[in-house]
Amino acid sequence: MVKQIIKVVLVLTLSTILGTGMVVFSYQWTLPRIIANERMTLLSSLNVIIDKEHYDNDLTNDVRHFVDSDLLGTTEPVMVYRARKNGQPVAAVFNSVAPDGYNGNIYLLIGIYLDGRVAGVRVTAHQETPALGDKIEAKRSPWILGFAGHSLTDPLETGWKVKKDGGIFDQFTGATITPRSVVKAVRNNLVFFQQHRQQIFETPAQ
Amino acid sequence: MPQSITSQYIEITQDALWRKNVGFVQLIGLCPLMAVTSTVINGLGLGIATMLTLIATNTVISLMRGVIPDEVRLPVFVILIAAIVTVIEVFTKAFYYDLYLILGIYIPLIVTNCAVIGRAEAFAFKNPVGQAILDGFMTGMGFTVALVLLGGIRELLGYGTLFSQAELMFGESARVLTVTVFEHYRGFLLAILPPGAFFGLALLIATKNWLDRQASPR
Repeated sequence: MVKQIIKVVLVLTLSTILGTGMVVFSYQWTLPRIIANERMTLLSSLNVIIDKEHYDNDLTNDVRHFVDSDLLGTTEPVMVYRARKNGQPVAAVFNSVAPDGYNGNIYLLIGIYLDGRVAGVRVTAHQETPALGDKIEAKRSPWILGFAGHSLTDPLETGWKVKKDGGIFDQFTGATITPRSVVKAVRNNLVFFQQHRQQIFETPAQ
Repeated sequence: MPQSITSQYIEITQDALWRKNVGFVQLIGLCPLMAVTSTVINGLGLGIATMLTLIATNTVISLMRGVIPDEVRLPVFVILIAAIVTVIEVFTKAFYYDLYLILGIYIPLIVTNCAVIGRAEAFAFKNPVGQAILDGFMTGMGFTVALVLLGGIRELLGYGTLFSQAELMFGESARVLTVTVFEHYRGFLLAILPPGAFFGLALLIATKNWLDRQASPR
């Protein structure tokens, strides 16, 4: 009886050590590679928005966080990557959120040049309806490319809407809420950028 | 008379691939089967990850079968399966990061795939390591076949393509594998949404049963 109990305890302890050991070992061994992968993926999505010819700083590390639940769409801190060339600010890329998608948050990368023009917008994650709302993805439709070059003065506020609401941006057949939410988020980001331009570039990286 | 090793191996293979296929007959592990099969490549990715898990868990549990007391076998299975799946997740993240981004949550969810603990309990715990490895491989293969077939049906109907995003798994040179079956296809939403998975699986099971009936003597 006692022997049996000791055996059970031993086997449980050993298999826990064995299991944990496997996890710890493989985690330690692959960690540098995983970090490099994550950085590469981030950098390549940032480079889609800001051409790598246009900056020369370490973009993925020149980061600052901002919190503004009204304009950046989330109560969480939003990462802002700052692109510079020869030490001069070029553009900022916001990792912000469109909170009112058809099916929850739409996560966006929004790049804005120093002069307030949109450099580019891409969706990083969303749960919109396949084949309807997912046309906000660049690989499914060129729609999201249409923001590049626009600013708060082009068009004016009334134009920053989908066509159905009197604006200049297309909606999709069968899905208006999704593009409406993205248009609104991009404009809000431009407003935030205008209000905080100095702050965004001046403070050191965090 | 004890069965010869070869006939045992043949029986394991036939059971795992066809007669007791986890996807079509035992209907376990349905959650990932339904959730990730919107394309062939997604199905193949999760299928292979599940197969590796099954081979590893079956091997370890078969090797330890003399040591693990009956009363605590389930907790021990769970610890080992969870550890092995975590290792596979970490490796996918390190070496197939793009695929990891797609399969995401479904890799850790292999832990909850009843096929894994099912094979540990029903087979690996009672059989020598050779048979256990083969059983893990073949069960994983049967599951992969189910995932790929269902993914194929849904991708074909839903997007009009096959093997799209093959480059995520096999590198850039595999981009050419993508077949656009229907040009200018407008898509069939139902096939991609969850109900499409149920309809697709029902059709596959019906086909399998029909084939079995054709083959059996009247």
